[in-house]
Amino acid sequence: MAAVFLASAVEFVEAFTVVLAMGITRGWRATLWGAAAAIGVLALVTAVAGYALVEWLPESAIQLAVGTLLLIFGLQWLRNAILRSAGVTALHDEEAAFLEEQEAARVAAGEHHLGLDWFGFVVSFKAVLLEGLEVVFIVITFGLNADSIPLAAAGAGAACAVVLTTGALVHRPLSRVPENTIKFAVGLLLATGTFWAVEGLGVFSETQESLDWPGGDWAILPLLATWAGVSLLTVRALSRTNAPLATEAA
Amino acid sequence: MRYLKAFARFWFDFLVGEDWRIAAGVVAVLGAGGLLVSADALPETLLVLLVAAAIVLVVVASVLRSAPALRRAPARRPPP
Repeated sequence: MAAVFLASAVEFVEAFTVVLAMGITRGWRATLWGAAAAIGVLALVTAVAGYALVEWLPESAIQLAVGTLLLIFGLQWLRNAILRSAGVTALHDEEAAFLEEQEAARVAAGEHHLGLDWFGFVVSFKAVLLEGLEVVFIVITFGLNADSIPLAAAGAGAACAVVLTTGALVHRPLSRVPENTIKFAVGLLLATGTFWAVEGLGVFSETQESLDWPGGDWAILPLLATWAGVSLLTVRALSRTNAPLATEAA
Repeated sequence: MRYLKAFARFWFDFLVGEDWRIAAGVVAVLGAGGLLVSADALPETLLVLLVAAAIVLVVVASVLRSAPALRRAPARRPPP
């Protein structure tokens, strides 16, 4: 639930930044219709994908497929968070992203379809759909593995409520959210997909039953600690080699 | 065909991301693990720990390998 909440919050902040920029510069009507249309598509995708996965595949195959996808997906976050923490790549700046989107919206032509400003509608639709798709993916993968899609969906819903309420109150991009720290935590939590992916290898055994970790479900804790320790050591190693390069460049 | 390519590109970017070596490494390790399971070659506990350790090593090696090239690359908009 914590992993779903944090990961969803990051995605909602990114979508909120684009929707806010569009709403302010192109008007709220088309922007909100775009966001609503995307939410409708997302609801349909969630229902179809969740049902298909549960109905068609044996448990160990789901663990392997979902665990592998979760792991690969989460390792992207972890990789980017490590590289940003070590100063190898730049931090993501929501304030800069907001200004960039706002400028693009200002110079775009005013084409209208169905009585809506088309630029505002399409940009809002795409932002909510793409960021929302990541939330759906996290909800389905975590929900299936934890055997409770409703609980995972509740985590995402709570994140949405927190981001929207905070955003509505401050009415500006949530640039003070310590995004890389959250992404680091989420990357670590998603990396626990290792647990399910390895369990799911049991699908290749004669019985097709899931493999057992030593210590059962408790193995997730040392696994998480291992990912955290190894990630911090990697950040330290990269930071050490980064310092002389930065001095040379200066 | 253009839409098909764009669709495939979207899913590749979504799931695999910027460093395909991490995804390829994880799939390779799990594939090897699957072969060991089907051959019943190792005790279960040892196999589980071995596969997990290999995944961690693949990720660390990939991040350390990609860092020098990223440092040399010109500044651009950071990934989401």
